[in-house]
Amino acid sequence: MNMYTIVLIAILVTMVLAVVRALRGPSVYDRVLAVNMFGTKTVLFLSVVAFLSGRRDFLDLALTYALINFVGVLAILVFVQRRFSVASSAKSED
Amino acid sequence: MNQVLDVLSWVLLSCGGFFILVGGIGALRMPSFYTRMHAASVTDTMASFLVIGGLILQAGWSLATVKLVAIILFLMLTSPTSSYAVANAALLSGMKPDTKFKANKGGRES
Amino acid sequence: MTILFAVFLLSLLVIIAVAIIRAENLFVALMLTTIFSLLMATNFFILDAADVALTEAAIGAGITTVIFLGALALTSEHEKPFVAVPWLALPVVAVTAALLIFASFDNPRLGDPEAPIHQHVVPWYLEQTPKLVDIPNVVTAILGSFRAFDTLGEVFVIFAACIGVLFLLSARKPSETRCTAPASVGLSQHLIPKVAGRFILPFIILFGFYVQFHGDFGPGGGFQAGAIVATGLILFALLEGEERALRAFPRWIMMAMAAGGALLYALVGVAGIAMGGKFLDYSVLSSDPIAGQHLGILLIEAGVGITVCGSLLLIFHAFAARESF
Repeated sequence: MNMYTIVLIAILVTMVLAVVRALRGPSVYDRVLAVNMFGTKTVLFLSVVAFLSGRRDFLDLALTYALINFVGVLAILVFVQRRFSVASSAKSED
Repeated sequence: MNQVLDVLSWVLLSCGGFFILVGGIGALRMPSFYTRMHAASVTDTMASFLVIGGLILQAGWSLATVKLVAIILFLMLTSPTSSYAVANAALLSGMKPDTKFKANKGGRES
Repeated sequence: MTILFAVFLLSLLVIIAVAIIRAENLFVALMLTTIFSLLMATNFFILDAADVALTEAAIGAGITTVIFLGALALTSEHEKPFVAVPWLALPVVAVTAALLIFASFDNPRLGDPEAPIHQHVVPWYLEQTPKLVDIPNVVTAILGSFRAFDTLGEVFVIFAACIGVLFLLSARKPSETRCTAPASVGLSQHLIPKVAGRFILPFIILFGFYVQFHGDFGPGGGFQAGAIVATGLILFALLEGEERALRAFPRWIMMAMAAGGALLYALVGVAGIAMGGKFLDYSVLSSDPIAGQHLGILLIEAGVGITVCGSLLLIFHAFAARESF
């Protein structure tokens, strides 16, 4: 059994756990958390697969995710903050 | 020398796999959002450090090492940042951390 | 082993797809779509399609979430309940699915060297790329040179889509222009995203340029690079707020980029005619045909990247502007 394979299996199992969390919720933010987890696991999975299959030039893909995966989550924070501030300003107008 | 590196990266990768699994189980089994958040985000950073570290030992001196170091640096910056963003978004939307555990000595009020 | 992983990920993909259809909360559907995109990129990578995987990563990691959130801010979070049962759709879908499944029995085995796809033009491309174009990444040679006309079409499709979105979103009734929301401040009150984002931002842009110019040697190219650079600039807008982002990078530059990139691409083709060759034939651009090919691919990739970056930014800012009036 290759050492890469063991890590890959651990990552795949955790991916399933994250998907279960994303499907079960219960709140919206649990799902955001699951997506976040899934993103990190994808970076790790891609790096390990690049080594397992000997295609080390293709680490660019993992690097892409490591760099820009958090932009989506930041956008969620902006979105929630905006919705919250609109709601509170509407409340203060009443 | 090579064998020492192999064993070392074996250990690092296995530890990484262990932390990944622990984080996954924690994110699934913990009782409330913020505890799940804790389980997922803390192990995330640790596990990526270990796994990528194990890979670096295998890569030797090459372009792949530079890329892996870049990945680890960016992950250590972006992963806690996105955890912060998720927690803040939940807090802003009015989700209160569950503090009833302490008052009730472990029993959960519903 | 790899096939096992691929099958496993594909089954996860099916589960996620069903869940997306069943989700009634659109925010939840958006989150599941992000997971879908991550899974898709992983699958592409396992199946050795690194260029496609990089495209999926560049688009799916940041941009889609951001643009979908912009759309979500304009509508309600919940899907409207579907009242009428579409009886006609059921047999149509069933028949189509049965036909597709039936047709799939004729598919060659995965990775079969005798499959038609590997017998048709692919051997010619693989054989001629070192002689005619001389770059290591055959995918870039095919997309940029052999089938440059198709890629030109794609660039104009992106350009047309961007114009379409701008038309739809800039239509507004005069009575609706009153301001309800305070001006967007972005994340300027949050210290941690601000510090981390400012640190990461230059690296994202740098990585975008790396993908742009490394496209001849590895996975990458204009499309991916344009999306990555656009993600970086969107990150700036998220961190500093709309207003500052538009002051630093005004709308007319984005419009000039969206139109100018497509124009650059077409002009390279016309230059080929002017210098005595065919449309999009780069061999005549320089005295040495191979150097001409390199120059042509460099220019058209730059055109693709500029158009994609400009279009994505325009769409993002169109949503954001619509949100704040």
